[in-house]
Amino acid sequence: MTDDPYKNLKISKGAVVKPRTSLVNKTGSWRSERPVVDHEKCVACGNCEKFCPDMAIKETEEGKFEVDLDYCKGCGICAEECPVKAIIMKEEEK
Amino acid sequence: MAKMMTGYDAVAEAVKACDPDVIPAYPITPQTDIVERISEMVADGELTSEYVRVDSEFNAASTALGASAAGARTFTATCSQGLKLMSEPLFSASGMRLPLVLAIANRSLSAPLSIWGDHTDTFAERDGGMIQFYAEDVQEAMDNIAMAYRVAEDEEISLPALSCLDGFILTHVQEKVEPFSRKEIREFLPERSPVHTLDPSDPKTMGAYARPEHWTETRYEVHQAQLKAKDKIAEAVEEFANIFDREYGLGYNGLLETYRAEDADVLLVALGSVCGTMKYIVDEYRQRGEKIGIVRPRVYRPFPTEELCEVLEDAEAIAVVEKDISLGYQGGLAIDIKSALYSNGSRIPILNFIVGLAGRDVKKDNIKNIVEQTKELRGKLPEDIEFGKEERWEPLRTELLEDDKK
Repeated sequence: MTDDPYKNLKISKGAVVKPRTSLVNKTGSWRSERPVVDHEKCVACGNCEKFCPDMAIKETEEGKFEVDLDYCKGCGICAEECPVKAIIMKEEEK
Repeated sequence: MAKMMTGYDAVAEAVKACDPDVIPAYPITPQTDIVERISEMVADGELTSEYVRVDSEFNAASTALGASAAGARTFTATCSQGLKLMSEPLFSASGMRLPLVLAIANRSLSAPLSIWGDHTDTFAERDGGMIQFYAEDVQEAMDNIAMAYRVAEDEEISLPALSCLDGFILTHVQEKVEPFSRKEIREFLPERSPVHTLDPSDPKTMGAYARPEHWTETRYEVHQAQLKAKDKIAEAVEEFANIFDREYGLGYNGLLETYRAEDADVLLVALGSVCGTMKYIVDEYRQRGEKIGIVRPRVYRPFPTEELCEVLEDAEAIAVVEKDISLGYQGGLAIDIKSALYSNGSRIPILNFIVGLAGRDVKKDNIKNIVEQTKELRGKLPEDIEFGKEERWEPLRTELLEDDKK
């Protein structure tokens, strides 16, 4: 677990902060459904990456696309936009 | 050298002298002539500002905010529905501590649609952390632009400022004014020295998410900056008087002006141009030996609490006359003045008169009616006014109302 940069944060004028401090806010815990990519079907068009509102889909070194579950909120837009239906939304279980 | 100028010309001249870097503009009556005149100055090369023709007032305020974040001096102008559209980025600008200066040609809010003036547009922005100046005449509308820049851009303040002038009554009337030049204004208004600047070589995040454990303190700091702005306004009016020989409420830290108020037993409190008519009526009463006076706040936020308490404390009755109504209660100015006076131990009865909405003329007889009703309260206490009857509409044309509302 990263040290919480907010812990002893002093507020600068206008609450101006260094970039990337919000990475500590792992929004993946908000998710009720997770996207699951079927790499057999995936044609690596990159639509899911472009449409993801949280930049939580990244291209892998193999040229495929993977979801960063630390930040994916499970909105399902990637599954909706996938032209070959390679992404399905699967209910999260406790 | 004195010149005859309309309010919009005078504001445009003031902006030219203050020399902003970026001017996003979107038209709305009766403000349009301000940005139209500025666009001519840019086209003619008199002004080298980046003039950005945007697609809405939301964009105008957002562009000004972004430019201010990059360290620029900015200007834009609007009113009424346009100010509503700017409201969201303006609240953000105060939270982000970014100075912006706006001229507001005060106009009513829909519905019904009206292009004429009152103060409901800027009063609706009261809680957003913007400094609010109100001008009585064209000269003051011009001078307030320079003062707004100086206070808003002060490093300790860093807030948006609205420089308000009554739509049509001041924007479109010609008065004799003493314009100031860019050279003259340099002595009064230093170059902007931004606290933080957007710079790709030194990245920063502005307007970021704040958790509940930090947000309160950012708002507290905006509040402290607002209160501190009172001192800065006091310094600004003093230095302005030294350089330009024009005085704005020097005895009251530049936050309010008085007219024949010293020994008055009835005081009228009002913002903006209506005070001109009120002065005329006060002179008539004074000729008959009746002690009537005027208190005119020049600044509504930060609220001149101490100065108002000081100047109002010896009155026997007060009328707060305003072009605004907080629907479901009373006029916003009256609410604030009652809060200031009554929490300071005052027992002066206060009547609230709602006048001049959507450009309805406030005539001499209206002012006389207000004075006469207020005179009756001399020697009485606030509780002598029947609860719910302290707010009066001058005039209310009851013949226009549906029968059951009369």
